[in-house]
Amino acid sequence: MKDNGLIEFRWHGRGGQGAKTACLLLADAAFSSGKFVQGFPEYGPERMGAPITAYNRISDARCSIHCNIDEPDYVVVVDETLLDTVEVTRGLAPQGAVIVNTAKSPAEIRPKLSGWGGKVCTIDARRISEETLGRNFPNTPMLSAAVKVSGVLEEGKFKQDMEESFHHKFAAKPQVVAGNMAALVQAWEEVQEG
Amino acid sequence: MNYNERLSGNEAIAFAMKQIDPDVMAAFPITPSTEIPQYFAQYVANGEVNTEFVPVESEHSSMSACIGAEAAGARAVTATSSAGLALMYEMMYVAASSRLPITLACVNRALTGPININNDHSDSMGIRDAGWIQLYAENNQEAYDNFLQAMPIGEDPAVRLPVMVCQDGFITSHALENIVLLDDASVKAFVGEYQPEHYLLKAANPLAVGAYDLSCHYMEHKVQQAEAMKAAKARILEVAARFEALTGRKYGLFEAYRMEDAEVALVLIGSSAGTAKVAVDQLREQGVKAGLIKIRVFRPFPAQELAQALKNVKALAIMDKAESFSANGGPLFSEVRGALYDLEPRPRTVGYVYGLGGRDITPAHFHDVFARLQAIAAGGELGPVYTHLGQRG
Repeated sequence: MKDNGLIEFRWHGRGGQGAKTACLLLADAAFSSGKFVQGFPEYGPERMGAPITAYNRISDARCSIHCNIDEPDYVVVVDETLLDTVEVTRGLAPQGAVIVNTAKSPAEIRPKLSGWGGKVCTIDARRISEETLGRNFPNTPMLSAAVKVSGVLEEGKFKQDMEESFHHKFAAKPQVVAGNMAALVQAWEEVQEG
Repeated sequence: MNYNERLSGNEAIAFAMKQIDPDVMAAFPITPSTEIPQYFAQYVANGEVNTEFVPVESEHSSMSACIGAEAAGARAVTATSSAGLALMYEMMYVAASSRLPITLACVNRALTGPININNDHSDSMGIRDAGWIQLYAENNQEAYDNFLQAMPIGEDPAVRLPVMVCQDGFITSHALENIVLLDDASVKAFVGEYQPEHYLLKAANPLAVGAYDLSCHYMEHKVQQAEAMKAAKARILEVAARFEALTGRKYGLFEAYRMEDAEVALVLIGSSAGTAKVAVDQLREQGVKAGLIKIRVFRPFPAQELAQALKNVKALAIMDKAESFSANGGPLFSEVRGALYDLEPRPRTVGYVYGLGGRDITPAHFHDVFARLQAIAAGGELGPVYTHLGQRG
């Protein structure tokens, strides 16, 4: 355990897929649970589809550190095609986990992870999103999987805070609140660990 | 009165502006400061502020509009970054020499070229001699707190100077973090009303602004301006004391972190100081007498105060997040080193230029710097005093 219960996340996604939004949602949820948070993307040329990275620090005291996270506890991969070009497990803590958005099983994904020997988790965020929201918005299922696998937040409080957050965020279109909550719950149940 | 929130640095500045409810905001979008006028425009559209929002066609115009508004007796604010600040260059001098206490939120970004949108301090360091007070922040909280203190400092009759409130582009401007906010009424009471003695629209006591100044008066006016910058130092500390009474958060001209008995130390500015604090803490655990000074106020420059704080340090690294191409080190290096000249004995000093164009800097980099300082403090060679940190090759 790092000082002050610090848990660090690194998100890999592609521009436009919502990895940054998921990162900010996690920071929001952790803040609601009384944690100290950082949620920040690594900015570069803003091109749709280009690889992007975002980061979270969640701890029991304010973090003064303001650099990127090279040794995360958890890595979340929002787009599995990144596994072909980005070494997503670089610096990942051995006791940590990588969480990949894919229809495949952890055993099928492991060979693509450059010899990573730790925990591999998979979640079919696309299917869950399409079933619950009718479109591919992988943020909510990925967030749910990341929180469950890391244990960074208590389940009941997390789900309650997210429901309030969705009501606030989607005040203009309350019909999507139920879909997002369904996506959250379904992802929590379906995430596979291997 | 104080309450907890989570905001990015840009959100924090826009929220401070909303709470202050200035008379005029004139701004032109530029990354990474764009969100500030964007969020503020929503407050205007929602009727949450009474501000006249002026969407100008360039930064030269945004500063010109602020100058016009402030000269007319209004309180004016703007926000910009990088090339936007560079385009204001001429008008920045006009604002300061006309003694118009405009407040500018500067979200620091590298100044072209090659073109780059990420953080360093080349924009605000490039304009350091324009006559603006410069406050720098480590995080979103300090950006918010500095913005609330800017007007009471700049509008004081003994000062009457514009204030630039700087924070690191993306690193803090786009990072969501916890923040403690003040309620609106406390902010309004703390910041107060802008009540200039003279202004264009005051019929009883008319004022000329921007008149030609002949050689027989020009230098007297410049000396008055220089005296105002000197007077700002005491005012900054008074406002900080009042702010501490209100919030419990303490500010000075700089923050001295674990400097009590420090033998090796850094001087630096902005978010990197927070990262360096991690290295200082790790070294302290190992028994190394390490510390750092984080500059909050670069203009006016706290030369005597720094000399006092650094007099017992054996080896010092002064770290610039801007390259001034002097072939002799960055601006902070030159000024801090100059401030130490009258000390006897003096700390041995080296300068580093780091973090240009968003190059990441980690605790490991600071450990390398401290290792060199420990060798120098033990009597080792000083080596080259002007080097770069974190680049390849």
